[in-house]
Amino acid sequence: MSEELNKTKKPSEPLFSKKNKKLVTDPLTDNNPITIQVLGICSALAITVQVEQGLVMSLAVLFVLLFGNITISLLRNLIPSRIRIIVQLVVVASLVIIVDQLLAAFLPDVSEKLSVFVGLIITNCIIMGRFEAFAMGNKVWPSIMDALGNSFGYAWILILVSIIRELFGSGSFFGIPIFGSPLPGEEWGLYTMGYMNNNMMILPPMALIIVGVIIWVQRSRNKELIEEH
Amino acid sequence: MESTLDIFVKAIFSENMIFAYFLGMCSYLAVSKTVKTAVGLGAAVIFVLTVTVPVNYLLENYLLKEGALEWLNPEWSEIDLSFLSFIMFIAVVASIVQLVEMLVEKFAPALYGALGIFLPLIAVNCSILGGALFMQERQYSTILDATAFSIGSGIGWFIAIVAIAAIREKIRYSNVPAPLRGLGITFILTGLMGIAFMAFMGIKYGKDGDKEDKGTKTTQIELVDETLTAKID
Repeated sequence: MSEELNKTKKPSEPLFSKKNKKLVTDPLTDNNPITIQVLGICSALAITVQVEQGLVMSLAVLFVLLFGNITISLLRNLIPSRIRIIVQLVVVASLVIIVDQLLAAFLPDVSEKLSVFVGLIITNCIIMGRFEAFAMGNKVWPSIMDALGNSFGYAWILILVSIIRELFGSGSFFGIPIFGSPLPGEEWGLYTMGYMNNNMMILPPMALIIVGVIIWVQRSRNKELIEEH
Repeated sequence: MESTLDIFVKAIFSENMIFAYFLGMCSYLAVSKTVKTAVGLGAAVIFVLTVTVPVNYLLENYLLKEGALEWLNPEWSEIDLSFLSFIMFIAVVASIVQLVEMLVEKFAPALYGALGIFLPLIAVNCSILGGALFMQERQYSTILDATAFSIGSGIGWFIAIVAIAAIREKIRYSNVPAPLRGLGITFILTGLMGIAFMAFMGIKYGKDGDKEDKGTKTTQIELVDETLTAKID
């Protein structure tokens, strides 16, 4: 159906038309992949202990989603619909292998910390969800915009959560101490006044609670998003 | 060394798929509205994990690992195909899910009626691929250990989803602040349950206790350890 739509308005659409811009901006707020569509939670929560990991993970997802969307969108008329899931999985898996090898070669520390979660980008629901819902039925350019929008929407939640967790859990940002140093004997900054890091923040359950609070804030600002139950 | 029983108990409680690693969260949040569907999906996850992890274990040890091809030809002992593991694992998972679906439909129609709609969902459930990747990372020494791990993780996942579904059924009658209703409160509840499950981290495994244990602890816990020891230092 979308094919016909595209044909009827062939007189080309400007690259940054309102519709295309909406594809990028929507997932940032009102249609956010994490807080509204509830996709890609698995990896989002586990690796947000430090900002660095959150950033690397977001970039990895951006890469995979962007090139995956392009590939699927180019192949969309060739893929038989019965085996599309397998085709999509193969595309994601090959892109994730590239990411994994690149990370292991250039950022070995981060790669080690992310451990299995790089591999789990394959089953990240955002990616399969976008392939299925968007790239299978749209041209390349809108698919690129959609990929950018969704991965930015994913990234900002990830980075926000990891900033909160790193700041209060380890008192640093990007590994740079913010509140001073807690080392006994050479304390400085806030720690001299008895400030302590909140170790809860580093533990897995706090990621869930922080995302819960983000959802709370977002839904109280936009009443339309409130669920019945 | 850890015994098989240790691995099994650990996979259920202290390294619970949901509460310690957040694997399979998408379907966990989407399908936990009623206990009945939660039981269906949980059972399907146990089933598929139990089948796929041992198969992937054999694949890893006789095909992908460095030197794994030695049994075919001694000259191939230096070949390391582990970069292919993602694509192999996901292919195995997807095809086994497909196979299981057909078999169940043919031989156990009643079970198919109960699991039916959940089986295809499972191919892209993070916990299944996660199980295979953890198996690869932890390098279990026998297939028995790997199977114990997979059944344990499945049961852990089952417990988690049934518990949250039961809570969600009851919470309908509570006065939750409007913006938190649905998703928000589920996140916070899962967080609280995760804190409760952390109590199981204190279980002492193996004969020598925690010292042996350290090697197999995974990233998440190591991160905590690092930051804690940094402070103590």
